[in-house]
Amino acid sequence: MKSRSSKSMHRPHTPVSPSPDFVAEHVRDIPRSGIRDFFEIVQSMSGVISLGIGEPDFVTPWHIREAAIYALERGKTGYTSNLGLLRLREAVSEYVSENYKLKYDPATEVLISVGVSEALDLALRAVLNPGDEVLYHEPCYVSYSPSIALAHGKAVAIATHEKDEFKLTPEALRAALTPKSKVLLMNFPCNPTGGVMTAEELQEIADICLERNLLVITDEIYSELSYSDTHTSIASLPGLRDRTIFLHGFSKAFAMTGFRIGYACAPAPLIDAMMRIHQYGILCAPIVSQEAALEAMRHGRADMLEMREQYRLRRNFLVHAFREMGLPVFEPRGAFYLFPSIKPTGKSSHDFAFGLLKEQQVAVVPGTAFGPSGEGHVRCSYATGMDQLQIAAERIAEFIKR
Amino acid sequence: MDPLLRLLEENALATHETLAAQLATTPADVKHRIKQLEHDRVILAYKAIVDDERAKRNVVRAVIEVRITPEREGGFDRVAHRIAQHREVQTCYLMSGGYDLLVFIEGTTLQEVAGFVSEKLSTLPGVLSTATHFNLKTYKIQGVLRDNVVNEERLKVSP
Repeated sequence: MKSRSSKSMHRPHTPVSPSPDFVAEHVRDIPRSGIRDFFEIVQSMSGVISLGIGEPDFVTPWHIREAAIYALERGKTGYTSNLGLLRLREAVSEYVSENYKLKYDPATEVLISVGVSEALDLALRAVLNPGDEVLYHEPCYVSYSPSIALAHGKAVAIATHEKDEFKLTPEALRAALTPKSKVLLMNFPCNPTGGVMTAEELQEIADICLERNLLVITDEIYSELSYSDTHTSIASLPGLRDRTIFLHGFSKAFAMTGFRIGYACAPAPLIDAMMRIHQYGILCAPIVSQEAALEAMRHGRADMLEMREQYRLRRNFLVHAFREMGLPVFEPRGAFYLFPSIKPTGKSSHDFAFGLLKEQQVAVVPGTAFGPSGEGHVRCSYATGMDQLQIAAERIAEFIKR
Repeated sequence: MDPLLRLLEENALATHETLAAQLATTPADVKHRIKQLEHDRVILAYKAIVDDERAKRNVVRAVIEVRITPEREGGFDRVAHRIAQHREVQTCYLMSGGYDLLVFIEGTTLQEVAGFVSEKLSTLPGVLSTATHFNLKTYKIQGVLRDNVVNEERLKVSP
């Protein structure tokens, strides 16, 4: 802001030097998000078709928005319980029981958070002592590694590969274990790979967690958007419930990203520990968002299924388009991202994404934004209308031909 | 319901190639299935949904509630068919409740619509009464909002 008043606030003889010394070391060491840099460039261009968006293109279903409006009309503008509205926790408990075969007591084992992002942060901060190791599969959501670092943990990435359909294999997990391993962080269906894991495959991972006394944090934000097999949560496997923090939210399944609302379910001592951080840092999730979330829990299923079907059809289209171009692509089993290999073009992820943006005005996210093991891939979101996807596919084909 | 129908309902102009890619099948299969759906009269027609105001078309629309006497054989069907045949009638439903048929009609002038009701509709044997409601403004047609709300603030890249 270049206003006159702000200018007059400057004292002419005080040297303004930003002092990096004030910033904590563990914060200084966190790299800027790769997505962030790319985002700045894309925002400055016009006529860009973006497949770079990690959120549904659908607006929140009207009945959910209407519930939020109604909440305001009734004057629902105050704080709620730290854990969130009991009615919402009860609805969440019921939903999780029905869909994931997991029982949680709404009074003590459910916490409503400001998106899954906050819930993940709470979980990590609640369980990590400095130096504890958190294992997670990569390529993965951009916040995992920094969130672990901010909780003074040590991030240990386990690369997943297209040949394994981007699943976490027991062999790879075992190879990454050390005496300091404390937490396994998982996200299936996976952003950005679209990988999923079956109950049998999860069982093998669960066995290792039991054997090595690992806590599991499972981020199930995309679990409704599972296209073929029925989704199983690792928390539902024998013996795992008591050592798992189950994270979920409303953003993806119900197209509610801007409401910033999610939840954590876990045994009472873990929820209590998370709540202690949440009550001082956040107090509670916004009440209007909680009311909207309640409506989504109660009546959102039809809209969710409708959106999922749309994603599935678009996925089919985009997979077909990439295969026509001669680029190998794993058909995503869940979420709404395609993670094609761009190795046949001989370009790095970075060069491919920036070249495509410059020459054809199509934005995809370099795979390296999701960790070093994302090299050789780009992420294409199909949470975009068919008309846009069609033009994007034509332009990408044109780009590859050159 | 056939997912192909859903896609066509959304965009009847989608090419066979695009539809095939979405449904993970071949364009030839899509073509064949569409032909069959047309033949079976599952697909009745393909039409553009036009915004009259933007197209600057003068059109008068009305909804008429019609009460009729059911016949011993055929119930409401015969009278309904006689009404539905008229060119002015766009849509005709049999309803439960205080009246029997709900008839959507379209004309170029108020007189034309009024004339249709008084001369053609009311005089039909079996029609007991009519109540005509004129359309003043349109907000949504066949599932499409007239004013497309586009969210300009959506980020172009997000994690």
